[in-house]
Amino acid sequence: MRTNIWLTRGLRTAAWLSASILLFILLFLIQESSPLIGEIGLGPFFQADGWYPQEGAFQLTPMLLGSLFVAGGAVLLATPLGIIAALFGQFYAPPALARLYRGLMELLAGVPSVVFGFWGLVVLVPWINRLAPPGASLLAGALVLALMILPLVALTADAALAAVPQQYLRGAAAMGLSRWGTIQRITLPVAMPGILSGVVLQTGRALGETMAVLMVCGNVVQIPSSWFEPVRTLTANIALEMSYAVDQHRTALFISGLLLLLLTITLVAVASHFRRMQHE
Amino acid sequence: MKAFMNVLKRKQPMNSELTTAFQIETGSSTEAFAKKEQSLEDKSRQKPLSAPGLTLKKVNVRYGDTNAIEGACLDIPSGSITALVGPSGCGKSSLLASISRMTDLTPQCQVSGEIFLGKDNILAKGTDLNRLRRRVGMVFQSPNPFPMSIEENIRFPLRDHGMRDESVIRKTIKNVLGDVGLWDEVKDRLGQSALALSGGQQQRLCIARCLALDPEVLLFDEPCSALDPLSSAKVETLIKGLKSRYTVLLVTHNLAQARRIADHVAVCWVQAGCGCIIESGDTRSIFERPVHPITQAFCQGLQG
Amino acid sequence: MNDGQKLDSGITVLIWLVSIALVVLPLSMLWDVVREGLPHLSFNFIVDQPLDAGRSGGVGSLLISTFWILGVCLLTTIPIGLGCALYLSEFVIPHSQSEKLLGFSLDVLAGVPSIVFGLFGYAVFAIQLGLGFSILSGGLSLACMVLPLFIRTAEQALRTCPKGYRQAAIALNISHAGFISRILLPSASGGIAVAMIISIGRALAETAVLIFTAGYVTRMPGSVMDSGRSLSVHIYDLSMNVPGGQSNAAATALILVMMIVLINVLARYLSRRWQHVE
Ligand SMILES: Nc1ncnc2c1ncn2[C@@H]1O[C@H](COP(=O)(O)OP(=O)(O)OP(=O)(O)O)[C@@H](O)[C@H]1O
Ligand SMILES: [Mg+2]
Repeated sequence: MRTNIWLTRGLRTAAWLSASILLFILLFLIQESSPLIGEIGLGPFFQADGWYPQEGAFQLTPMLLGSLFVAGGAVLLATPLGIIAALFGQFYAPPALARLYRGLMELLAGVPSVVFGFWGLVVLVPWINRLAPPGASLLAGALVLALMILPLVALTADAALAAVPQQYLRGAAAMGLSRWGTIQRITLPVAMPGILSGVVLQTGRALGETMAVLMVCGNVVQIPSSWFEPVRTLTANIALEMSYAVDQHRTALFISGLLLLLLTITLVAVASHFRRMQHE
Repeated sequence: MKAFMNVLKRKQPMNSELTTAFQIETGSSTEAFAKKEQSLEDKSRQKPLSAPGLTLKKVNVRYGDTNAIEGACLDIPSGSITALVGPSGCGKSSLLASISRMTDLTPQCQVSGEIFLGKDNILAKGTDLNRLRRRVGMVFQSPNPFPMSIEENIRFPLRDHGMRDESVIRKTIKNVLGDVGLWDEVKDRLGQSALALSGGQQQRLCIARCLALDPEVLLFDEPCSALDPLSSAKVETLIKGLKSRYTVLLVTHNLAQARRIADHVAVCWVQAGCGCIIESGDTRSIFERPVHPITQAFCQGLQG
Repeated sequence: MNDGQKLDSGITVLIWLVSIALVVLPLSMLWDVVREGLPHLSFNFIVDQPLDAGRSGGVGSLLISTFWILGVCLLTTIPIGLGCALYLSEFVIPHSQSEKLLGFSLDVLAGVPSIVFGLFGYAVFAIQLGLGFSILSGGLSLACMVLPLFIRTAEQALRTCPKGYRQAAIALNISHAGFISRILLPSASGGIAVAMIISIGRALAETAVLIFTAGYVTRMPGSVMDSGRSLSVHIYDLSMNVPGGQSNAAATALILVMMIVLINVLARYLSRRWQHVE
């Protein structure tokens, strides 16, 4: 086709502009964080005694652990359930029901996180409170997040299962394997990299989720000793303090943003590694 | 019917030497078209044979490690129809595609050797692909009209090539639709979607679209194989009528068709894993006195 | 029945039970929202201004702010995103370094936590570019977030263009610009519409990006430079910071969920119809 240099240039600009937003964000977070890191080094963020930004104590460890616990709990809960839901859609439900089920999952995947948070706050937290006060807790956060990422885990697992070549299944049928035998020995192992890729991506989403955890976790800066204690995540910390933070305190928040971004990049790299494995 | 009379009237005695001498050397594509615009309007109706012939010399077409065509030599004289026949997978489409350099679009495909269009080696490095593809029109196996109205299918390429004069465009649309025998069938519904036409009509529209750009060489890749016998016959007659003004190369599976309409036939075969042209000559001698034993078997085996 | 068969049917029962339980919980969540919100929902609630920090009155101005933010977001996302999608589907050389780099950047961008977009938008659009807490800042930050989603969905739609059209266009030596504007974009328009709708859904659902960029102001916006509170931010603020705001939060949540459901249905309908046309 006859090319037009201006068209090509324009589209190329749009493409690199879109892709460079990531670079902008990264550079900008580094730029905002570097003064404080340059001044006190990285050590204090993990060793100092607590998070007292006014007094210059910026220990991020409790928040980091809070994020990891909440996200970890959610992923541990959502992964097996999501896989079961995907297996149901692919192998157990009659086609019409499977379509409906998938449609429902797609719908739930689009429900705003603030609605999940609202429900957690109004229904789940009081319920846990009756069990073990105060209610707003690590457990509440993990449950709400699990509910949030479950449809997405289910949908990606569903796609990974659907991508398993038919001839494998026919081969299994020829060998006389039962349905569960086939799933356990053939389908799941073949689809596993694709499923894991989805799980890793959802881990990133759980780590980065702000609103739902902000609303149900209680937001107390501490390293929790049980599932019923309140925690504050990195994301919630930014959302809570950004509006009034100044100077070093503000910088410390940007550093936690940078930390989140680096975690995300790692997780996406791992997920795309799994995806490549699936394709091979 | 009237359209076909037109075509017949325009039939000119052919002279291939004169053809090669008569070359249109032009610069940038739009500029060239602007010049042609005038000629299209009045002269092309009685356009003298100006198409150059094609000469293939040791053409190899390679996809990665597999050879689709090796050492193909072929003369395709102007003002006549040359048919390329052979079994499936012997590289006919690949050879055809290399003439309009459509092979450039397949990244792993490499073409070597020489293909002369008139005096120009189109496989040479600096070939202007835009100019080449304007000189060489191509029609594919399955009809592929654009998803727009019948009229727009012809107007869009014309306008895209820089023609702005609406009256000339209208005239061209009428002329080329007449050339393919479609004018009377569609003149009352030019604004309707081309996708609503029958397969045979779509294929003729594709040919008309090709003719509108005034090419010199026409390449047909099994143009009738997706059509019913009736439409197929129409397209066949149409191609036959075109040969006076164009150099036509036709790939076909249908030996009877090759025999009916081609002046020259080249037989393609797979030998030692790669395709090559084992025999070529004028239609009669290929069908009646084939030299190569494979040609004999192929032509006679499938004939009976 | 041998052990294998017993196990097989046991697992079948288990999977059915778990799968049904898995939809009961989220559906009961949606039911809770409907139950809490529906009594407060009325025509007046939709058009009235919020009063008393949102405890009474409606969400009229917030709906307007939400649409404005959405408008800014789409006006930025669509041209840039469509350009990028076209570049990815038409121009970039497959498997080249630049394709990998572009693809990876977009994948990472799609995974960046929304609060990080909030930080970025706050510091860059609101502070450095001097746009302040405004609908413009919010819409632009939101655009950064939905861009990768829009690009990937639109790219997929562009890649479904039938090969025959491209072949014909090349053989006729059509200009690339002509091919894109007259053939590629029209033939992918259904898929692009779906991409747009999915992006709208994502943008509507977003909260964290907007808290520090579009701000909290509940007044009716006069221009894109005004601060404007989106529906999602309103739900957050009412349920966390305003004692006694829960019932109106539920009603707002119900409106938002209904909009999302509507968008979901529309996207499905369009994509189904589009595939039938193919
Ligand atoms: N894009 C491609 N990549 C790799 N190999 C290809 C490609 N296109 C064609 N080939 C190979 O080149 C050889 C010739 O193919 P070609 O399509 O030219 O045959 P053909 O004679 O036109 O067959 P048919 O009559 O079925 O159309 C075949 O072996 C085919 O596998
Ligand atoms: Mg072929």
